[in-house]
Amino acid sequence: MSPRTKALLSTAGIGLLLAVLPFVAGGLFGAAWVRVLDFVLIYILLALGLNIVVGYAGLLDLGYVAFYAVGAYLYALFSSPHLTEHFPAIAAMFPGGLHGPLWLLLPAGALLAGVCGALLGAPTLRLRGDYLAIVTLGFGEIVRIFMNNLYAPVNVTNGAQGITQIDPLHLGPVNLGRGLEIGGLHVSSLHLYYYLFLALVLLIVVLSIRLEDSRIGRAWVAIREDEIAAKACGINTRNVKLLAFAMGASFGGVAGGLFAGFQQFVSPESFQLIDSIMILCMVVLGGMGHIPGVILGCIVLTVLPEAFRYGAGPIQNLLFGKVLVDPEALRMMLFGLTLVVVMLYRPAGLWPEPRRRQEMAER
Amino acid sequence: METFIQQLVNGIVLGAVYALVALGYTMVYGILGLINFAHGEVVMIGALVALAVIKPLAAAGVPLGLLLPLGLLVAVCVCMALGAAIERIAYRPLRNAPRLAPLITAIGVSIVLQYSAVLIWGRTYHAYPELLPVTPMEFGGARISVAQIVIVVLAGAVMAALLWLVHRTRLGRAMRATAENPAVARLMGVNVDRVITATFVIGSALGAVAGVLVSVNYSVAHYQMGFMLGLKAFTAAVLGGIGNLAGAMVGGLLLGLIEAFGAGYIGDLTGGVFGSNYRDVFAFLVLVGVLIFRPSGLLGERVAERA
Repeated sequence: MSPRTKALLSTAGIGLLLAVLPFVAGGLFGAAWVRVLDFVLIYILLALGLNIVVGYAGLLDLGYVAFYAVGAYLYALFSSPHLTEHFPAIAAMFPGGLHGPLWLLLPAGALLAGVCGALLGAPTLRLRGDYLAIVTLGFGEIVRIFMNNLYAPVNVTNGAQGITQIDPLHLGPVNLGRGLEIGGLHVSSLHLYYYLFLALVLLIVVLSIRLEDSRIGRAWVAIREDEIAAKACGINTRNVKLLAFAMGASFGGVAGGLFAGFQQFVSPESFQLIDSIMILCMVVLGGMGHIPGVILGCIVLTVLPEAFRYGAGPIQNLLFGKVLVDPEALRMMLFGLTLVVVMLYRPAGLWPEPRRRQEMAER
Repeated sequence: METFIQQLVNGIVLGAVYALVALGYTMVYGILGLINFAHGEVVMIGALVALAVIKPLAAAGVPLGLLLPLGLLVAVCVCMALGAAIERIAYRPLRNAPRLAPLITAIGVSIVLQYSAVLIWGRTYHAYPELLPVTPMEFGGARISVAQIVIVVLAGAVMAALLWLVHRTRLGRAMRATAENPAVARLMGVNVDRVITATFVIGSALGAVAGVLVSVNYSVAHYQMGFMLGLKAFTAAVLGGIGNLAGAMVGGLLLGLIEAFGAGYIGDLTGGVFGSNYRDVFAFLVLVGVLIFRPSGLLGERVAERA
């Protein structure tokens, strides 16, 4: 078999696997797991975005969830009755209510998040590693505090209650929130979301791979390895770093829009520091700067807590005949332990980039 | 004017606590160049352990004056052990690993500590018994309680003791040498591993004191209290110049004042558009401002002072 047919076959195999995965997962473990798969895909979008900032350019960003929030709130505001209810002027402009189309809102979210990323990046790029982490963390918290409090005197975000009644995602005439009848076969809403998210993830993976090999991608890696040397080689480090921030943020914005349409509800609860940390953990635990590693990290860190959630209660029941300890706390504790243990035994991540593996071996 | 004095008092009390916690961050950062993310959780554990000691003792009829010292003592001992354990398990094996690896283990440790606290003490807010009279006295237009005075005095005493330790003892000299250059310190016969452990132990002890004090001040403790406190204390450490002891103290005090005045006056200044619910924003605005305009912090350039 020539390498070409081999590659073709393995691609077809993976494609087939991804296509039937939700049906297998749903059939074996129940519909809740299809939902978990949907979330895995959203997290892959986020983690690949953060991977550009942290993995390629080596800029530690702990406020990444803010860009996710920007995308989510943009989608929420322009496809829910919230704005028309609170602002008569807007209601007069849109008598039929605000129902922004997906093809407009997703790019707008990406753009807005990207601009926010550049705005955050501009003053902070002079800072070194840990300091940058803390400033971005502070920025993430500021965004969350504003989301929590911007309901008075003008109600923009509806505060901690969040925005409800958001339109589900639509693709042309198809309402993804309803499911679809194809020749008498009902495809549920969760499955439809899965395919939409999968398509976007594939797009972003291709984009990431192309970026990685491009001039910009090589410039990012050069900056990560040695900023002064990169500068000496003629790289405009400021612009290239800004680009990394903006590009990473725009992925987050897209993921946010999808999340808002998928949940049909957004509130500041979903955009806390722990979520930023979770995404960062996915990137680092999987293997920074290595796309398959990052995807593995997302799968492990999304599926594992869910598995603990479904496992922790019943297993205690089985062992002791009753639920002894709070399963939710137990699952978070196991999650924390996993982070520690994996990092202790594989400090470069579960599936590190080959170049990084070499560096680690040299030490 | 009354608001001014009142917020001044509140700010100093708050700042004393921030300073204590900030010292823990700054000492570890000075020596290892690492943000000890789990430090805030150590503070929380200190507060809850002290509560667990104080409650049964109070029920057994131990006099009120003994409760706080006993609670503090146990909390400090537990947290010292915890600090040493965290260093040994989560940081020491990764000392030569890529920079992000210890950050992730630190995050893992803080999640483990938080949810251990949930398993032991539950998710409820625990009311702290009134160890010190909190009924305020009128004092030049401001209302000051005995608890607030004790907090400031105790925090001041602990910080003075720390300064003495760092500048006047053998261990302190070893710490300063390690902060300056671990490799050379090792050549000079300093047991660097032991110094690093000592740093974590001392920082955790300060954190435990801070945890008890902040709980006495607000009369409440719960499993998430360490997070925001830790974040702000870190901000204070950066504000003063991270790695610098005096900087952490000044930064803590300053941040406490900024927050108190910010929360006290923002309503009036903006005509009621922004209220005191934006108080947490100040800490981060200060942080961003400092890092942009003076990344080394207020006292950051005096590297020789590091510990």
